[in-house]
Amino acid sequence: MALFRFRGSDKPDPSKVDEAAKSGAPVDSTGSVSPEATADEAGGAGRLFDRFRAGLKKTVQVLNTDVRDLFKQEGRLVDESFLNDLRRALVRTDMGPTAAEEIVKDVYAKQRARVVDPESVLDSIRGTLSQRLDQTDAPLAAAATGPTVILVTGVNGSGKTTSIAKLANRFVKDGKRVVLGAGDTFRAAAVEQLSMWASRIGAEIVRSDQGADPASVAHRAVARALEGDFDICIIDTAGRLQTQSNLMQELGKIRRVIAKQIPEAPHEVLLVIDATAGQNALSQAKGFSEAASCTGVVLAKLDGSARGGVVVPVTETFKLPVKFVGLGEKADDLAVFDPKRYLEALLADSFCDSPA
Amino acid sequence: MLDSLSSSLSSALNTLRGRGKLTEGNMREGLGLVRTALLEADVAYDVVEAFLDRVTAEAVGEKVLASLDPAQQLVGIVHQELINLMGPVDHSLHFQEGRPTVLMLCGLQGSGKTTSTAKLAKKIKQQGRSVLLVAADLQRPAAIEQLSVLGQQLNVPVHTPDGVSDPVAVCNAGVARAKKEGIGVVILDTAGRLSIDDELMAELAMIDRTVGPDQVFLVVDAMTGQDAVASAKAFNDALELDGVIMTKLDGDARGGAALSVKHVTGVPIKFIGTGEQIEALEDFHPDRLAGRILGMGDVVSLVEEAQRKFDQDEMQQQEERLRAGEFTLEDFKKMLMQTRRLGPMGKVLGMIPGMGGIKEMLDTADLDRDMNRLFGIINAMTPDERRNPTRIIDQSRRRRIAQGAGVQPQEVNDLVKQFDGMASMMKGMAGLGMRDRMKQLQQLQSGIANPGARLAKPKGVTGKRLTAEERKKQKKQREKDARRRKRQTKD
Ligand SMILES: Nc1nc2c(ncn2[C@@H]2O[C@H](COP(=O)(O)OP(=O)(O)OP(=O)(O)O)[C@@H](O)[C@H]2O)c(=O)[nH]1
Ligand SMILES: Nc1nc2c(ncn2[C@@H]2O[C@H](COP(=O)(O)OP(=O)(O)OP(=O)(O)O)[C@@H](O)[C@H]2O)c(=O)[nH]1
Ligand SMILES: [Mg+2]
Ligand SMILES: [Mg+2]
Repeated sequence: MALFRFRGSDKPDPSKVDEAAKSGAPVDSTGSVSPEATADEAGGAGRLFDRFRAGLKKTVQVLNTDVRDLFKQEGRLVDESFLNDLRRALVRTDMGPTAAEEIVKDVYAKQRARVVDPESVLDSIRGTLSQRLDQTDAPLAAAATGPTVILVTGVNGSGKTTSIAKLANRFVKDGKRVVLGAGDTFRAAAVEQLSMWASRIGAEIVRSDQGADPASVAHRAVARALEGDFDICIIDTAGRLQTQSNLMQELGKIRRVIAKQIPEAPHEVLLVIDATAGQNALSQAKGFSEAASCTGVVLAKLDGSARGGVVVPVTETFKLPVKFVGLGEKADDLAVFDPKRYLEALLADSFCDSPA
Repeated sequence: MLDSLSSSLSSALNTLRGRGKLTEGNMREGLGLVRTALLEADVAYDVVEAFLDRVTAEAVGEKVLASLDPAQQLVGIVHQELINLMGPVDHSLHFQEGRPTVLMLCGLQGSGKTTSTAKLAKKIKQQGRSVLLVAADLQRPAAIEQLSVLGQQLNVPVHTPDGVSDPVAVCNAGVARAKKEGIGVVILDTAGRLSIDDELMAELAMIDRTVGPDQVFLVVDAMTGQDAVASAKAFNDALELDGVIMTKLDGDARGGAALSVKHVTGVPIKFIGTGEQIEALEDFHPDRLAGRILGMGDVVSLVEEAQRKFDQDEMQQQEERLRAGEFTLEDFKKMLMQTRRLGPMGKVLGMIPGMGGIKEMLDTADLDRDMNRLFGIINAMTPDERRNPTRIIDQSRRRRIAQGAGVQPQEVNDLVKQFDGMASMMKGMAGLGMRDRMKQLQQLQSGIANPGARLAKPKGVTGKRLTAEERKKQKKQREKDARRRKRQTKD
């Protein structure tokens, strides 16, 4: 018997769906949310949330039962053993030992030696976390006029190219004209990968041969967007590790090349973080922010058993809001990040039988 | 924060210097710092807890040495246990002769499977074997093209699906082609998949069953966090892994996932990826990663200092011979002489953190006398007899040797028997770090000092009793070996 189930799990709360739709709906060229998009998104967000839950259900299945039993022993006290279990559940989200310890201390200070009250413990944790994840709605920035340019960066294999395909798909479905820049000229068949996506989703692509200068591809993609009157231009980059200073400098060069044609561009610089990543994501956020002035995070591969809890310290430390989450390998598998729902999912399996 | 682990440990433990023993109580604070360091390095929570229990059990009761900083002493123990857990290493690919050796790479999306496939191909080709790559990722856009491009760069053929949409069929066709064309090694590059994706995990198990790869490697990203245990366990359950390749260690990831993966799967980490280039594949060395996980290579220098004194080059040569199964009585004699050159055994042991206690247990005078007898016996043997004592030395040879060395034939017999036990123990030692090596050495010494005592064959790295889990693992390994043998006879 579960003493606690996470709230709003039986049916998507309409108000939440609305929120999600609003924050994530593509914006039109004047920067306001387009009404059609909102209507369309409401259904989409609900569906995605279902998928989110389906993913979580699987997650719950693979985890040990003892974590889920945390709240199941009636009359359990907030004592050292409870705090250890809590610490374990928190650390396992990848939020990091320091963040976990702070929460444990907080719970201890407020509830010491009381009988565990799941509601209030969870509330307290969610309160702390949502403060840390503090991000006002973070829709994608858009150009006032002309094409919106989005640069996508991240370490090797994190999910950049696929996330670009998903984003582009979103825009195309919303009636926007999208051109992609195949800026990964290094990895074998990276250009082909993006090309296949482009033709699948109906976006144009600017490409050059393997080994070409990525800055020149970026330049040509933006030029094409301007000349062809495209709404959106998304530029892919080769995966790189934040410790490779020459490759990090290359990102700065790509930025400058873009800004030469459109001074306020790139309007967004997204950092794609793999949800399986641990504490190294902090170093990634630092390195990429410094080199490319990132404006937001895409948390990819959240459909697996990993939680990506490292985004908590990442957003807090680097003021980098999470904008989207990746929930699969297909073009539709992208959802707008909703902190509330994310926090429920983050702790779901620690405190209940099953989220469904 | 991480670099300061060693200094904060020092202040936490400094009051201990030179007096008393390590206890759970006086180590608590220090171990707490170690716990944080390991979690920061992305070692999985449960693995950290199990590890700290191990370290505590190991360290409790150890004398705090006057000459050493207690923090360093503790770090020495932690470091060594990390090495023990991540080892032993096995860099061999276990090639088959007379039929293609099939290697399969699997793992989560984007972990580095395709790149590692190419890197392995390069390595194998350099060893003079022919290679065929099989593009079994029919999922991700341009995955086949990616492998094809890499194959071209390597000048290695790539088997592509050609209209087939079932990865199992592609793998089978690839292996059949290798047989027909007399290609030595086949590497299967599978699609990335989530460990909780039942359907795709079943597909992988299906490839394993029908194609029967000789070696299955899990490719793990060094940046992986706590999830490493869950995913590695799922892959190991579905497939029975033979090894792990950890990629992207060229960045600043601390790589704690290596410890997690080893802990839950028990399979050795074989290689590490250190770059995007096809050359960037290296043998895995537990000691290097241990220092990296702790974020404090310098503190380990103490252990290394002692190691240097052990005349490393010669030691290494001997280890290589050991691994190759060539350990002879000649080597044994050299080793004993080497140890003696360092000075009285007691002093040598005293230099090593945690080994102080052993000093008292040894009677060095007896030891020296027994060693001289041993040298006498070995010297009386022909080179052939030293190389192959067990097989060659019969009754008449035994008598001759005993006469030459001025001992009883029974003593020659004892030495040969002990050598047998030692050789296998030495083989076990070859993969061990300093600390365990010293322990084994101590056993060995007491065996010499008491020639009547039969040397027990070492059970495992720690010599501890097997847990139920370990027994299960061994059983699994036996079953797996049996299946492999069956497969081999089928061909
Ligand atoms: N399950 C799942 N897989 C994903 C998701 N996003 C990306 N992937 C997969 O992760 C792998 C790597 O994705 P890519 O988009 O190629 O990653 P990348 O960052 O462009 O990689 P490089 O360009 O090589 O650095 C592919 O197999 C994708 O299909 C996601 O949200 N969920
Ligand atoms: N820096 C670095 N990059 C690596 C290493 N190994 C692989 N990569 C990069 O990681 C990214 C993903 O590698 P792939 O080999 O495509 O990964 P995969 O596991 O085959 O990916 P999927 O097939 O999409 O699941 C690429 O950008 C590689 O160049 C490594 O050891 N170091
Ligand atoms: Mg890419
Ligand atoms: Mg691949």
